[in-house]
Amino acid sequence: MSAITPRRAAIGIALLLLVTLPTWVANPYYINVSSQILLFAVFALALNVLVGYGGLVSLGHAGLFAAAGYAGALMLQAGYGHFAADVAAIVLALIAAAVFGALALRSTGIGFLMITLALGQIVWGVAYRWASLTNGDNGVNVTTRPRPFGLSLAGADAFYYATLLIFLAAVASMAVFVRSPFGASLCGTRDQGRRMNALGYNVWMIRFVAFLFSGFWSGIAGLLFIYYTNFISPQVASLQTSAEVLLMVISGGTATLLGPIAGAAIVVIMKNVVSAYVERWNLVLGVIFVAIITFMPEGLVPGSVRLWRMGWRAFRDRGRAGVLRNVPEPPA
Amino acid sequence: MTALAIRALCKSFGGLRVSADVSLAVEPGERRLIIGPNGAGKTTLFNLITGELAPDSGSILLFDHDITRIPSRRRAHLGMARTYQIITLFPRDTIVRNVCLALLGLSPMRWNPLTAFDRQRPLFERAHAALAQVGLTHIADRQLSQTSYGEQRRVEIAMALAQNPKVLLLDEPFAGLSIDERRDVGRLLSAIPREVTVVMIEHDIDTALELADRITLLHFGEVIVEGTRAEVVADPRTKEIYLGA
Amino acid sequence: MSVWLTLAVNSIAYGGLLFLLSAGFSLIFGLMRIPNLMHGSFFMLGAYFGVTLLDKTGMNFWLAALISGAAMAVIGGVIERLLLRRLAGQELAQVLLTLGLSFIVADLCLMVWTGDPWQPATPAHLRGAVQVAGLFFPLYRLAIVGVAVAIAIALWLMIDWTRLGAMIRAGVDDAPIARVVGIKVSQLFTLVFALGAALAAFAGVVGAPYLSVYPGLDAEMLPLALIVVILGGTGSLLGALVGSFLIGFLYNFGQAMLPDLAYVILFLPMLLVLVLRPQGLFGRIVS
Repeated sequence: MSAITPRRAAIGIALLLLVTLPTWVANPYYINVSSQILLFAVFALALNVLVGYGGLVSLGHAGLFAAAGYAGALMLQAGYGHFAADVAAIVLALIAAAVFGALALRSTGIGFLMITLALGQIVWGVAYRWASLTNGDNGVNVTTRPRPFGLSLAGADAFYYATLLIFLAAVASMAVFVRSPFGASLCGTRDQGRRMNALGYNVWMIRFVAFLFSGFWSGIAGLLFIYYTNFISPQVASLQTSAEVLLMVISGGTATLLGPIAGAAIVVIMKNVVSAYVERWNLVLGVIFVAIITFMPEGLVPGSVRLWRMGWRAFRDRGRAGVLRNVPEPPA
Repeated sequence: MTALAIRALCKSFGGLRVSADVSLAVEPGERRLIIGPNGAGKTTLFNLITGELAPDSGSILLFDHDITRIPSRRRAHLGMARTYQIITLFPRDTIVRNVCLALLGLSPMRWNPLTAFDRQRPLFERAHAALAQVGLTHIADRQLSQTSYGEQRRVEIAMALAQNPKVLLLDEPFAGLSIDERRDVGRLLSAIPREVTVVMIEHDIDTALELADRITLLHFGEVIVEGTRAEVVADPRTKEIYLGA
Repeated sequence: MSVWLTLAVNSIAYGGLLFLLSAGFSLIFGLMRIPNLMHGSFFMLGAYFGVTLLDKTGMNFWLAALISGAAMAVIGGVIERLLLRRLAGQELAQVLLTLGLSFIVADLCLMVWTGDPWQPATPAHLRGAVQVAGLFFPLYRLAIVGVAVAIAIALWLMIDWTRLGAMIRAGVDDAPIARVVGIKVSQLFTLVFALGAALAAFAGVVGAPYLSVYPGLDAEMLPLALIVVILGGTGSLLGALVGSFLIGFLYNFGQAMLPDLAYVILFLPMLLVLVLRPQGLFGRIVS
């Protein structure tokens, strides 16, 4: 029987809370917000595969998200069933990820960022201008949700549980991925790309496969999105959406699995709260972006911990002699 | 059959010739030292040999097998390993994990997205063995960012040795080390078995001289002098390049 | 026949505007190694500012454009000095910072000037058309091209013939070495960022009678600057010039002939360049 560590206990409690959420959160509005958090958490986790573990910052992931969403919505509109629509959506997301990857991986760093930005913009451009295909700015309505095993997902509770299941599957797959030898290879390419090549790794292929993995889950998140909002418009493919999901990743911290999840919660809650009082979400988004990058680049969660520790140390050392003040802490 | 042969290797960056018609032949088991003043093109030569840089012309043969067109990552699988002049390790990982990453590069397991990397016993055992060879077993689980420069140099060597290379390329293994550390690393290097062919770049000739069977002197990308230790040391051109130039 | 001619004239005028926008972007990218994601914001904010000046004071059009440019130069300089410089050496963070700032500016503009598009009147002395060889050319469009060429020449003179230009070229070539030889690269950064902002703002005002000003203008212009600079080569004024006119033609003719795919057509040459010749047509820096 494996030991009950504090970490495992925390995970267990979190799981318990998540699974029973509809019972202790009565208002369907908040249940819906929770569903929203979970689906964006999947999206953020997908982006973090590249940003956190691959060291590749993408500003075009909304393109993958929206490609899947549009594929699903348009297939449904054309009269296809949910299964066909969902499969088409994921396939399109994977194809888009392959194209994105093949083009963007010609470069790293800022070059990668610019190419993904351009590619995301192309998807937006198609969604916005190719009105005969995508209905342009008017968007596409999604009238029905899937009925897995005949169960209806129309209610907030049911949809929440479906989203929760998919979220848990995503988290599990990410955990396995990160701890695997392939995950270690990806992290290696992030830290020392050149050396990894000399060590025998195919760096380009590792990154490309990671891109596909990221694209897959971005596509799943895109499908969840259209079933949640029952609608898709070109805004979903915009630079703003890419920036929002990137904000989720960097605000929560890129080094852990919890980071993007926390980041998604932070951004979604803030977006809903701010939108209730003020129309200026863009302004708030921008301010938070600027603040985090300037003051806490490692993310809100790790950054807050760091600032807290700094404050605690300052408080603790206030009586010590000057010489001892700069003694570093022993490794944790 | 030579272990490593370079024939008429040329490389220029724009107008700057960094490798000018370099030819070399290293016998199996030999200890070859490549020396030369700064800017002689020594590290560039290594980059060409490992494939990190593509030559303009010429060829490279590993055990008589032409590898000039073979990408860098496959040369590692053919038995080539190298260390770097500037430390390029993985700072967020422990020392033993650094060595494991070097081992993983040669294993088909590196594509496995399902098993847990940290539970691969055989891999970690081999890594520990390599660390024992360089005397770092006592800090195997320490974070790399918290080790000293000398220790990191030894990790570099451990990573290269762990790959069981046929040809080992060492780029200034003594750089930045104290006298005691140089002695330790020197002992380490002389203990490498003769199955491994060693080619070493070193700037500090005194330390490296004892380890060398033959020496190649480079200057401005060209081979100026080559021969046994005694021959190169006695050659008037050596003195001229190091003292006169 | 006259449709093609109109398109051609529009293309050249648009190209002129794009050059004014992209020249600054190219300099910033070449020197500071970052794509300034708030460049579109400078364009839009400058346009709003200039048009407000015109509306409230009725001053000379070109004066308003210059003042707007100067104001944006100050704002740009302050942003560089206070925010970007804090992140010196972390290009990725700087890029994301400019992205965040672009959202702030976009929303502030929406708050101040609301969502209605605003099109100032063409300057009085440039209204109407001029007749050349039996064909009519809108005077203002020609003026835009004239201004763009004038500024291109001024920039070229500055870059190639002044000490400041030499320092900028040195910084674009190799910033760390430039520092070593005594060039105050940090100050150059502030200057070039301010200059870029000024050019963008000036372009915004000059373009306002033609494009009008509206929310979302920033998001439309930024990708165009990106495409022009990647196509023409970063840090190259000639590249920005050639690229601007190329894109001007591609955009206008594309809109007319393939409206559904007009936006996509713009990006394809950029992607081709990125894949086949990353340094662009005239650039020397590979990103």
